[in-house]
Amino acid sequence: MVPLSYYLVLSGILFACGVTGFLIKRNIITIFMSIELMLNGVNLSFVAFAAQWHALSGQVFVFFVMVVAAAEAAVGLAIIIAVYRTRETLNVDRVSLLKL
Amino acid sequence: MTPNLYLWLIPVLPLVGAAINGLSGKRFSRQTVSAIALGFCGAAFVMALWIAAQFSSLTLPHVEKLASWIRAGDFQVDFAFYLDQLSLVMLLVVTGVGFLIHIYSVGYMWEEGGFYRFFAYLNLFMFFMLTLVLASNYLLMFIGWEGVGLASYLLIGFWFTKDSAASAGKKAFIVNRIGDFGFLIALFLMIKHFGSLNFEQVFRIVSGMPVETAGTGLLTAIGLLLMVGAAGKSAQLPLYVWLPDAMEGPTPVSALIHAATMVTAGVYMVVRSNVIFDRAPQALMVVAIIGTLTSLFAATIGVCQTDIKKVLAYSTISQLGYMFMACGVAAYSAGIFHLMTHAFFKGLLFLAAGSVIHAIGGEQDMRRMGGLRHHIPWTFWTMTAATFAITGVPFFAGFYSKGEILWRVYSSPYGSWVFWLLGVFTAFLTSFYMFRLWFLTFFGEYRGEAANHSDEHVHSASKLQNAVPAPSGHGHGGIHESPKIMLIPLVILAVLSICGGSAGAKRFDKFLSPVLHAGVTANSAGEADATTPASEQKEQHGLEMLLESISVLAAASGLFLAWLLYQKRPQLPQEIAHALGGFYEAVVHKYYVDEIYAAVFVKPLIDGSTRILWHGVDRDVIDATLDNSAEGAREVSDAMRHMQSGNLRSYAGWIAAGAAVVIAYMIWMGTR
Repeated sequence: MVPLSYYLVLSGILFACGVTGFLIKRNIITIFMSIELMLNGVNLSFVAFAAQWHALSGQVFVFFVMVVAAAEAAVGLAIIIAVYRTRETLNVDRVSLLKL
Repeated sequence: MTPNLYLWLIPVLPLVGAAINGLSGKRFSRQTVSAIALGFCGAAFVMALWIAAQFSSLTLPHVEKLASWIRAGDFQVDFAFYLDQLSLVMLLVVTGVGFLIHIYSVGYMWEEGGFYRFFAYLNLFMFFMLTLVLASNYLLMFIGWEGVGLASYLLIGFWFTKDSAASAGKKAFIVNRIGDFGFLIALFLMIKHFGSLNFEQVFRIVSGMPVETAGTGLLTAIGLLLMVGAAGKSAQLPLYVWLPDAMEGPTPVSALIHAATMVTAGVYMVVRSNVIFDRAPQALMVVAIIGTLTSLFAATIGVCQTDIKKVLAYSTISQLGYMFMACGVAAYSAGIFHLMTHAFFKGLLFLAAGSVIHAIGGEQDMRRMGGLRHHIPWTFWTMTAATFAITGVPFFAGFYSKGEILWRVYSSPYGSWVFWLLGVFTAFLTSFYMFRLWFLTFFGEYRGEAANHSDEHVHSASKLQNAVPAPSGHGHGGIHESPKIMLIPLVILAVLSICGGSAGAKRFDKFLSPVLHAGVTANSAGEADATTPASEQKEQHGLEMLLESISVLAAASGLFLAWLLYQKRPQLPQEIAHALGGFYEAVVHKYYVDEIYAAVFVKPLIDGSTRILWHGVDRDVIDATLDNSAEGAREVSDAMRHMQSGNLRSYAGWIAAGAAVVIAYMIWMGTR
């Protein structure tokens, strides 16, 4: 059996990758993928804990996260398409018009 | 079962008139405005007459409760109206004289701007005055009391674009506040000790209390505080200073508010509280002293005034002093009797003075009048009647009322020959300054400028709207008699000034005696007649005749002196003034009372308010707190603003940093 700490380390690495990608990337789609990476890092620790403690609530949480992530992906991609149509760029630094 | 008299309608009728004219009078023609004002005021007068007609069949006092107002535990105040002999007299005087002055005002104010505003205020005044007179408890009376003050303020400052009028209004209002302060504390004392403000209840409780002969007590305190209120409203020493300035208002206002009705509210209030004063001899003494001193003091100032309305104003203060003198020796009926006759003749004097001012184009300085009796005969004759009445020429109204006051001041157990002597001397002065006014205005040569300049004049101040020709169609060319609408009230009041006193003080006293029941009935004239033996009665009667002839003699010598100085040898007054020197100067400057008040009260107050309250508290504490906290918030935000760059990745960085801090904190908490 793989020890819990392995899962947690992997989960942390995944999350850190997500955060790093989120912070340094300029392309919206890459940022979006980084978010998914963070979510899945968290999901991994959820299921790892659930398996460790034999508690189902962790698994259930993961389903919730997946549902939210799917919904978020649908809305997010729609926004990305809308942004691209109006501004013809996916560079987030150029989409700062709200600041005025 | 007493009939329902709908007493509440009497004050409310003028209020309706005030509301209609005040809210939409601007769109009405002058005819409509005057019809509304006269209609509602006249209706109140007719109701008063109707009540007077069935008065004998009522059980008195007749109280009508309209609605309850304040309920707090046992303490209760109602909107209730109280009718007895005293309020009936006041009711008739206020509505009657008020109605006449309303009629007069239509003519007097016809060419002034703000016509509708004037009548709205005038009707509003009637509402509050009638509330004051008909109230059945001290609190409702206080509403009327404050309300007439408000109406007075509005009407003094009627020509508000004129600076002096605006400040005169403020002065009247503020000086009256000082008096109201005393009145209010008296009310608080009553609530605390009697648990009620209803006349009936308070008087019932007070009737059971002993006379405070030795030293002072609760009733003396209440009495003195009520007197403070009365001194403010009725312009007595030391609070009389507002009344002369109040002459800035239009002349009908001076006649209605500052001579005939409002200023007598203080007298009415003291008489209404006679049960309290009867049990507080010390307070009575103070009332008598204040009244006597005021009447003398104001009369001396009146002697040297040159403005026709100012003379009448000081004369009003002086006559009010007489009324308080009478109240101060517990001769309340004499005070009310003089109040009534004074309303007739002083109202007439002011209206006639207004007619004079109107005739010569807004001039108020008597030094520029003279010889007017041929030009304005109606005004002259009516004014003559009023002058004779106020100076106490036999068989005119003032003769009876003033004679009664002087006699009671001498004969009452509270009285003394000192009051009598000062009163007679004041009567002499009254006669002197009134005949001085009479001679200066109507006799000799006309001293004004050629009268053809008067086209330019406007009564005295701004025109807020364009002038409309007067109903009689008269222009302002030369000296001219006033239109009929102004003369009719003059004639009616002249008739009242001549025969208003014939009711006789004794009958008046008997009529009022149920109101003035408790306490001093043993000393009142009616019972004195019954208890004293015939010989003594005769002696008393002889003494009364003697004293009365002395006061008539005083009036006659005043007339003679005025004739000598202003008719026979017109240069003599200046020589006398020169000889008197400093004293004359002091009198001309009204004893510098205004200047003293300004130095002692007004200036320290203004300085204190400016330095401590404005600069110290308001600017340095309240404003500074607010300004500094706003400034701080602005500076902090200015720094924080830079976080909001609009750059998505920087936001993400802040979130990540925040999350890192939270996680670090959790870990630190966990490992501790």
